[in-house]
Amino acid sequence: MLDCTPKDITERKSGGIINPAKTCQPIGAMYAALGIHKCLPHSHGSQGCCSYHRMHLTRHFRDPVMASTSCFTEGSSVFGGGANLKASIQNVFHIYKPDVMAIHTTCLTETIGDDVSSIIKTAEIAEGKLVIHANTPSYVGSHITGFSNMTKAMVSYLAKSTSPEKKEQANIIPGFVNPGDMREIKRLVESMGIEYIMFPDTSGVVDSPMTGEFEMYPEGGTTVEQLQDTGNSQITLALGRFASSDPADLLNKDYKVPVATLKTPIGIKATDALLMTLRNSFAREIPKELEIERGQLVDIMTDTHFHFHGKTVAIFGDPDIVTGITEFVLSLGMVPLHVLTGTPGGSSSSAAGSFEDDINGMLKGAGIEANVKSAGDLFTLHQWIKNQPVDLLIGNTYGKYIARAEDVPFMRVGFPILDRSVHSYLPIVGYRGGMRLIEMISNALLDRADRDAKDEDFELVM
Amino acid sequence: MGMNEAKLQEILDQYPPKVQKNRKKHIFIKRSDVESQQIEANTRTIPGIITNRGCAYAGCKGVVLGPIKDMVHIVHGPIGCGYYAWNTRRNKAKSDDPKQNFINYCISTDMQESDIVFGGEKKLAKVIDEVMEIFNPKAITLSATCPVGLIGDDMGAVAKAAEAKHGVQVLSFSCEGYKGVSQSAGHHIANNILMEKVIGTGEQEEAPAKFPINLLGEYNIGGDGWEVERILKEIGYHVVSVMTGDGSYEAIKNAHTAELNLVQCHRSINYIAEMLETKYGTPWLKVNFIGIEGTIESLRNMALYFDDKELTLKTEAVIASELARIEPIFDQYKKICEGKTAFCFVGGSRGHHFQNLFSELGIETLLAGYEFAHRDDYEGREVIPTIKTDADSKNIPHYTAEVDEKRFRLKVSPEKLEELKAKIPLGQYNGMRFDMKDGSIIVDDLNHFETEEFIKVLKPDIFTSGIKDKYVIQKMGINSKQLHSYDYSGPYAGFNGAVKFAEDISMGFASPTWNFITPPWKNQPLLEGSVTEEGVA
Repeated sequence: MLDCTPKDITERKSGGIINPAKTCQPIGAMYAALGIHKCLPHSHGSQGCCSYHRMHLTRHFRDPVMASTSCFTEGSSVFGGGANLKASIQNVFHIYKPDVMAIHTTCLTETIGDDVSSIIKTAEIAEGKLVIHANTPSYVGSHITGFSNMTKAMVSYLAKSTSPEKKEQANIIPGFVNPGDMREIKRLVESMGIEYIMFPDTSGVVDSPMTGEFEMYPEGGTTVEQLQDTGNSQITLALGRFASSDPADLLNKDYKVPVATLKTPIGIKATDALLMTLRNSFAREIPKELEIERGQLVDIMTDTHFHFHGKTVAIFGDPDIVTGITEFVLSLGMVPLHVLTGTPGGSSSSAAGSFEDDINGMLKGAGIEANVKSAGDLFTLHQWIKNQPVDLLIGNTYGKYIARAEDVPFMRVGFPILDRSVHSYLPIVGYRGGMRLIEMISNALLDRADRDAKDEDFELVM
Repeated sequence: MGMNEAKLQEILDQYPPKVQKNRKKHIFIKRSDVESQQIEANTRTIPGIITNRGCAYAGCKGVVLGPIKDMVHIVHGPIGCGYYAWNTRRNKAKSDDPKQNFINYCISTDMQESDIVFGGEKKLAKVIDEVMEIFNPKAITLSATCPVGLIGDDMGAVAKAAEAKHGVQVLSFSCEGYKGVSQSAGHHIANNILMEKVIGTGEQEEAPAKFPINLLGEYNIGGDGWEVERILKEIGYHVVSVMTGDGSYEAIKNAHTAELNLVQCHRSINYIAEMLETKYGTPWLKVNFIGIEGTIESLRNMALYFDDKELTLKTEAVIASELARIEPIFDQYKKICEGKTAFCFVGGSRGHHFQNLFSELGIETLLAGYEFAHRDDYEGREVIPTIKTDADSKNIPHYTAEVDEKRFRLKVSPEKLEELKAKIPLGQYNGMRFDMKDGSIIVDDLNHFETEEFIKVLKPDIFTSGIKDKYVIQKMGINSKQLHSYDYSGPYAGFNGAVKFAEDISMGFASPTWNFITPPWKNQPLLEGSVTEEGVA
């Protein structure tokens, strides 16, 4: 497996990538747009982009992912895509009847310079229907950037401020996480009795129930009314700054909605931070049920600390998720040796430092020195592991090749997970998500210990 | 409830007028009382329509080049295109030299904004240098993505310079996603260059064994190619090369030494098949290793072609022993499948081939179609001269092979060839329509709206399609099977594949999970009472 990857690391200066740990903007934009109720995402580019993105999202969620395309040909690439986009708008509303059409661009339409907002302005759009768009050039950032850009478009196209007084409600931007995570974040906020608008919200869209009928637009998703109301909220919680801080900053700039940029609430510290922010912003006490959940999590962490304390780990994936996981494994006493994301740099408008600064800061606090890289690839990660082996690899499905090559226990977290099911339904966020993560980590490590144990060392109780 | 012209019109009436006019030409109901039924195919999908189609890049790199295991395939473009074609198609490969098996690697130039503005040629050249240093492959392919053509990067020049620098072949494929109207354009582009630059560059003048064949248009999805090879080798054939499943650059170079070319997927590889005949005088035979009958017929046709007594006897012996082994198992599954109905919509050949398997299992195909086929795949190759070239097909470079004076050799005499052509599909493909029943529907580039509408009218028991449709169909409570990826199962080709397919399809019908769709409280009132003589109890 991966026998062509040498142990010796030679510096690669070309800027090319071997085995990516990121993909391109449009898929993130498509996913975000699915989180608007009755919205059809539209890919302005060649058919292949739309097909690839739908394929990939469908494989991760195992649920329908509907989206349309401008079907570019060489002619439209030469003469511009205005005619294709206008025809698309007509056909989409006539045939597929969404309330909202959310257009994202591709490297093709960005390279030829299609002015999508002008095209939308001159297109015939039926009464009561909405068209929004985000520029998502594939040659900038990653799928996380695309998610952020489409979420930003929800603000720039739809948000309003209808009164000088802010409403006692929070905007919650969950970032590029699974619907199971979005549900869990909503449950936390609801249990505190706080009004909120979560956007985008793909729960109820890409985890819709089996009823014997196909619903092109399932019940989930943030409604247009909710999106319009985001300008009236008292605060925006941007969870995971790579995916969420840009749209939150825009709400602040345009409508003076203050922003709290937090980590994706993975693990105990980040969940504490989320609840404390809610508590202090809305003067609500943390309900007993959440305090009990927290206590249960701490109980588990303490009771089983010897399963993971001191174990070395390599973590890769999307920056907000990797940041959260890194923080949590540190809380468990584990030792991250390699931490990598494919997404470049820091959030474009954030002054909070880079991904590498974030991770190194956490590791320094724990007295750990590690390989840390943004804009990295899995070839690099594999070489690191060859040179400095780990007890556990945590990341998306693509990690399975490295795990097999190096015979390392592997735990699947993040996007995409293409070879296992259920992951998108159950959370990794919040205290309960923390419990689930511990269960996953323990299973990976202890299954390996059981497999490797000699008969005489094989234990009933561990 | 069947389909008729009036019901079809009702579906089409829901479209805007322009769309209706267009889509009408892509659909017909089979009638055998008319000599021909023309379909429109390989034309543009209307913008905004939710199509299953992909792009030229997907057809070139994703389908044809990707499976060649001992070449490093570099994708020149932003990251997405390389990423999505990385290990996603299930074209399996194994190699005696794992250090020259690059099948699990994805290499991309990851173009950034500055590359779009200032050009990406230098970066591409550096990536090639690194690939040579790290992997030292025997050959490299470069596949273009949309922006490459638009910014005018001269990949051909970069490839030429890299060849001079590194002394290995570097092939450049201008398969930008916007070329043509679907994956089909990419197949053609890949075929042209493999023919022009790779096939025939091997030094062998003759194959090392008797009955040498090439297996064309077999991509080894789920191990299909391995099952076909198993059978062919048992009979005594020598497989020179497979294009391109588990394919090897070294083997493809010597593809000229085959005595017969077998064509499994007509759409994606017929260009190479034709050119091999022109250049080396090697005829091609349309085969179909999907289904028991299809496999047997293909084997017998091959035996007729080679006309060797021992080979024919061995063919029959293998068929007999395989049948004796699999038929009892297959028949068990048939009991579960008998009487069911199917829709079969796949890419370029499986939409036709899998109807055989359905039929052998007693399943009737009510609707079938292709995502990116041409008219000949529906109507048969005799319509090729009547297909009009449009602007979208004109921009795919045309390559015509010329006779190789040194190596051209008629494999059978012209008289014998004519005699064979009367019996077996040598250089011939009759298309999907030929095999379909009257009243069944043929749809080109079936889209989401039509999928829903046809299901409502015809209510099939199973719908075979791709991942984008799969869960749409299953949400309706209908069994759905991916025939691009085989739902991660397979092989489905050959004798073992037929059994595996029967098992998987039966599993889909027999699964108890379907029984839970309606919750028990939906059919039972909350308060249950009984009426007595005095009134409500």
